[in-house]
Amino acid sequence: MKKLMLAAATLALTAGMGLAAPVRIASEGAYPPYNLINDKGDLDGFDIDVGNEICKRAELECVWVKNDWDSILPNLKSSNYDAIMAGMSITDERKQEIDFTQNYLPPAASAYAALSADTNVGEGAVVAAQTATIQAAHVAESGATLLEFATPDETVAAVRNGEAQAAFADKDFLEPVVAESNGELSWVGEDVALGGGLGVGIRKSDTELRDKMDAAITSMKEDGTLNGLIEKWFNETGMYFGPDGTGVPKAEAKITPPAS
Amino acid sequence: MFEYCADPKSLEGLVWLSCYLTSGTHMQFYASFGTVLLLLAITAPIALLFGFGGALAARSQVPPLRWFGKIYTAMVRGVPDIVFFMFVPIALDQLFEYLRSRVYCDTSVPVRQGSDFVVCAAAKLPRATSPEWMHDAYGFFLAVLAFSIVFGAFAANVLYGAMNAVPAAQLETAEAYGMTRRQMNRRILIPQMWAYAVPGLSNLWMILIKATPLLFLLGVEDIVYWARQLGASKTSSFAYPHPDWRLYYFLAILIFYLLMTAISERVLRRLMRHLTKGQATLAGEAMRKAAA
Amino acid sequence: MSCGQTILDYGLRAIGIGEKLLPRTEFDLCTQVTLIGSGLIWNLYFGFFALLFGFFLANALAMAKASARPWIRKPAEGFIFLFRGSPLFIQFFLAYQLFVLLPRAGIEIFGITVATGWLTKAWAGALIVLILNTTAYSAEIFYGALQTVPKGDLEAADAYGMTGWKRFRRIVWPTMMRLAWPAYTNEAIFLFHATTLVFFSSFPAFAQQGDALYYANYFADKTFNPFVAYPIVAVYFILLTLVLISLFGLVNRRLNRHLPGAAKRIRYRPQLIR
Repeated sequence: MKKLMLAAATLALTAGMGLAAPVRIASEGAYPPYNLINDKGDLDGFDIDVGNEICKRAELECVWVKNDWDSILPNLKSSNYDAIMAGMSITDERKQEIDFTQNYLPPAASAYAALSADTNVGEGAVVAAQTATIQAAHVAESGATLLEFATPDETVAAVRNGEAQAAFADKDFLEPVVAESNGELSWVGEDVALGGGLGVGIRKSDTELRDKMDAAITSMKEDGTLNGLIEKWFNETGMYFGPDGTGVPKAEAKITPPAS
Repeated sequence: MFEYCADPKSLEGLVWLSCYLTSGTHMQFYASFGTVLLLLAITAPIALLFGFGGALAARSQVPPLRWFGKIYTAMVRGVPDIVFFMFVPIALDQLFEYLRSRVYCDTSVPVRQGSDFVVCAAAKLPRATSPEWMHDAYGFFLAVLAFSIVFGAFAANVLYGAMNAVPAAQLETAEAYGMTRRQMNRRILIPQMWAYAVPGLSNLWMILIKATPLLFLLGVEDIVYWARQLGASKTSSFAYPHPDWRLYYFLAILIFYLLMTAISERVLRRLMRHLTKGQATLAGEAMRKAAA
Repeated sequence: MSCGQTILDYGLRAIGIGEKLLPRTEFDLCTQVTLIGSGLIWNLYFGFFALLFGFFLANALAMAKASARPWIRKPAEGFIFLFRGSPLFIQFFLAYQLFVLLPRAGIEIFGITVATGWLTKAWAGALIVLILNTTAYSAEIFYGALQTVPKGDLEAADAYGMTGWKRFRRIVWPTMMRLAWPAYTNEAIFLFHATTLVFFSSFPAFAQQGDALYYANYFADKTFNPFVAYPIVAVYFILLTLVLISLFGLVNRRLNRHLPGAAKRIRYRPQLIR
């Protein structure tokens, strides 16, 4: 009996070694079009499409994990998953804690949305932003009063009900919200460029995974697939990758639409 | 779900609503009610067990054990439960993985690399190769454990009080009969204590029900998570665009909890009546008199 | 930065005095203890005022529940069931959503415009929820105590010719308080614990001014180490609980001063109440 159990144990061990562990990627699912829960109840969005393509090219088996935004970094650090693709901007502050791949979306503009276009968003204004985002940090430093919410959706709700004078978030997130508000919401002031674009967040101790994913992103940039995915998920005015890897307008970019 | 739901944008009124309420996300929302009930069903007995251990430890004659029991029972009085929930699951997770890493991994590699907590693949819980449901189940397991530890401390308070309420004369008589402490506990103390413990335990059950919305802080996709997710306003990039409907979803949750507490209250009142029957307590005496 | 300077900068940060930005790089123990301690101001504020208003409302509600007239009793019972039967967490969520629905411009009542904007702020909205919640729980405690006022006390009052308001003020109410006090102490402790939920439900933190748990969460988020910040909150709350127990103990001694030997320590059984 004992022998049998031992044999079973070795079998399980070798089986575990032969199979490469899947890479677990976390996303929030509450930040369309970057990541969202579609009506089937699955994760969907730009992050997910890019992630799947990266995994295909790097020959990794990937699994998606839903995780709330406010605990998304701690859970990466305690190895509950291996990567974050949740519309996370590359910033110096985050770089001290985790590693990023090169960006898979050029530095995107953040923008203020408010009930009227001449709203004050500087000194003395109350501006809503999602907790622990670069936008929240920017508002705190801008002299405006920061009103923090756990999800990006609540920031827009706060503007609608007048609790905050403006919401500050990624422009690509606010774009459909403003467009579909029937003129209720409008843009305020100039767009603000924050961060170094979106990157895949990876533990500092996990350099192997970072290099693999980096290589995959490079190849996606070269053949224009990444631009194809940007075209699929974002509107016309968004930024695309130029031949040298910097952000360029759509007209100057090489775009390969996704296969399906 | 229904055939006619293929193109939601063309639907209107009740038909639209019937499709909306049976979408995949809503199915997961309904299932999350089951998650809450499951948590209650699993946590209650485990917490009772923890409470039992805690109460016996607090009465122990071995000082370290007694101190442990006293501290355990006292902790819920001083510290809000939500504070425990914020770090107990992480602490447990890291503790389990640390212990496993001492067995399965190369022990010369530190688990703390900078601020990263890393153990080798063999010590990972659950293993990275495990199917997704294992990861969900493990997260749920941690939540159950965190709830059980906190509510075990509450239960220990109740049971400790109940054990002290058993008349001293009963225990003295047992001692006079030459019973050992173990025998006294098993034969005299524990059987008699239940009648005193039930009111406190019923109250505890009500507190437990009302603590379940905190599940979403523990990363479990419970009804609060889905209510926030589904109620948030949806732009037309979704199949079922709608404005902010969180109020309605939270009203539904409120009704769920009111029902849960109302039913529990009714059942517990019956149970109490059943238990006090024939007991030498005030309520038992009142019942006897009423019948006579 | 010295610890004294930190205390000057962040000691009152939770109410908007001192440094405008939260610490970004300095996460030493002194900073954490100071900022979390400053957050405790909010917990004290919520707890104190909820207890204060709740106490009077609960007395009225307990009387209403004990009333013989159904049109007074039924609404009181419904109110108590609603707030005791549902989680405080959900009450916060719902209240916030309801307050948000109120018209921004204010409501017109008899030609006077009443502003509503302040209701969505945590200091007012969350306080209202806490007041209503503790009112329901305390009313149930007071009601229970009222039912157990000894018959002999009432008969003695009758013998002295006391009736109505005088009988209530001099006999019924003091006895009810005396009987309810241990349970009410527990309710107070629970209420202070419950104040930590405010910024974790849906009330937004204004200008990063939050309670103790809000700042602990901020530090745990920045340092990736939950094992320092949360225990600090725990220690603060243990101290707060001890202070509460001794304060309520003083009142208890006064309530029981006429009873020989009864004014000893109250036995706290938190689990028996909520």
